[in-house]
Amino acid sequence: MKIAVSSIGKDIDSMLDVRFGRCNYFVVYDSEEGLVKSFENCGQVSGGGAGIVAAQLIIDEDVDVVITGNMGPNAFNLFKNSDIKVYRCGSTQIETALQLFNEGKLEELTQAGPAHAGMGTGRGFRGGR
Amino acid sequence: MRVWGQAGDSEEEDRLNIAILSGKGGTGKTTISTNLSFITGANYIDCDVEEPNGFIFLNPCQIEREEVKVDYPVVDSSRCTLCGDCARVCQFNALVKTKKEVMLFEKLCHGCHACGIVCKNDALFFGKRVIGIIEEGQYGSFICKRGILNVGEPMAAPVIKVLLKNLPTGANLIDCAPGASCNVVNSLLYADGAILVTEPSSLGLHDLKMTVQLVRSFNLPFGVIINKYNPEDDRVQKYCQRQNIEIFGVIPYRREAAQVYSSGRMIVELPEYKEIFGKIADTLREVFPWN
Repeated sequence: MKIAVSSIGKDIDSMLDVRFGRCNYFVVYDSEEGLVKSFENCGQVSGGGAGIVAAQLIIDEDVDVVITGNMGPNAFNLFKNSDIKVYRCGSTQIETALQLFNEGKLEELTQAGPAHAGMGTGRGFRGGR
Repeated sequence: MRVWGQAGDSEEEDRLNIAILSGKGGTGKTTISTNLSFITGANYIDCDVEEPNGFIFLNPCQIEREEVKVDYPVVDSSRCTLCGDCARVCQFNALVKTKKEVMLFEKLCHGCHACGIVCKNDALFFGKRVIGIIEEGQYGSFICKRGILNVGEPMAAPVIKVLLKNLPTGANLIDCAPGASCNVVNSLLYADGAILVTEPSSLGLHDLKMTVQLVRSFNLPFGVIINKYNPEDDRVQKYCQRQNIEIFGVIPYRREAAQVYSSGRMIVELPEYKEIFGKIADTLREVFPWN
């Protein structure tokens, strides 16, 4: 099983980024082979549709499970459509998040959070222009 | 007084389009546009399609409506091979290839057709969806038009473009959206001149500077109207003097004007304001070659 975690850094001891679309990296753990890889989230610099770009990356990686803090409606629907499960986790180390997931202690996201939540303050959003 | 040669140079020579913009919201773009239309008989065009409010004051009659539609791609799943070319070419992240299908996020789609061009299997065709309407009515001797963007639609530019591509002949006062966003830029593409409305406040001046940069980049002739004018605060005048910007007029801040405005009436109902707007109209006729 391949598990992708939204992350602030590239390594397994980095902190989980609670934003999905605007996180810096995705750390992917392959539980069968015990391998960890990471890749940059090109969605973070996207003017709009960051969550969609990030979701496309994850779908193309053939991931089975995503662990993140919050997820907007677009990305959420894409994962639903692709049979990828999403679990919610607070701010912690990636390694801890994976451990919590293995122990079945993470809650599955069954509903999308608000759109544009991860855009931060001061940037403002006036959609698609 | 200077007369700008560029004004009225638009391709449509029987039209003079003057954009009214401000940067900061709430400085009085609509108040000035509607009252100036009333005084001069110029057509009133409400381009603030996200929240058009000029019709509250002018309340035109015989309104005709027209829908504004945009293209969006539809995937023929019997032909689609899930190659993902359409999703990769999309600059607006409107298409995503999942394991089962290509999904469209229609509100992100700009209708550019790039996906249709790259599709090797002719699996994409284009449908149309309504994102807003254009309304046109009559007030006395002049025409009032406005665009209305449907609630929840993020893209206003297509509505603005349809509205401004079909302007009536004669002088048109274009009441723009606040800010200096795509909506304002798209409105300025059709303008021959501009009136910048501001107020004597830090925010008013800050945003005026931004708007001046914008209209200068369009090489448009423009001037400033100071609304909510306070004789004790001359920061806007000082700035205009430094920048060699003409002030078309000042509109005093009075309780009576606010009362008339808040009951949905025109402030030119008040004799004092009628005179002020009359003077501004005379100035505009000198500055812009107005018939």
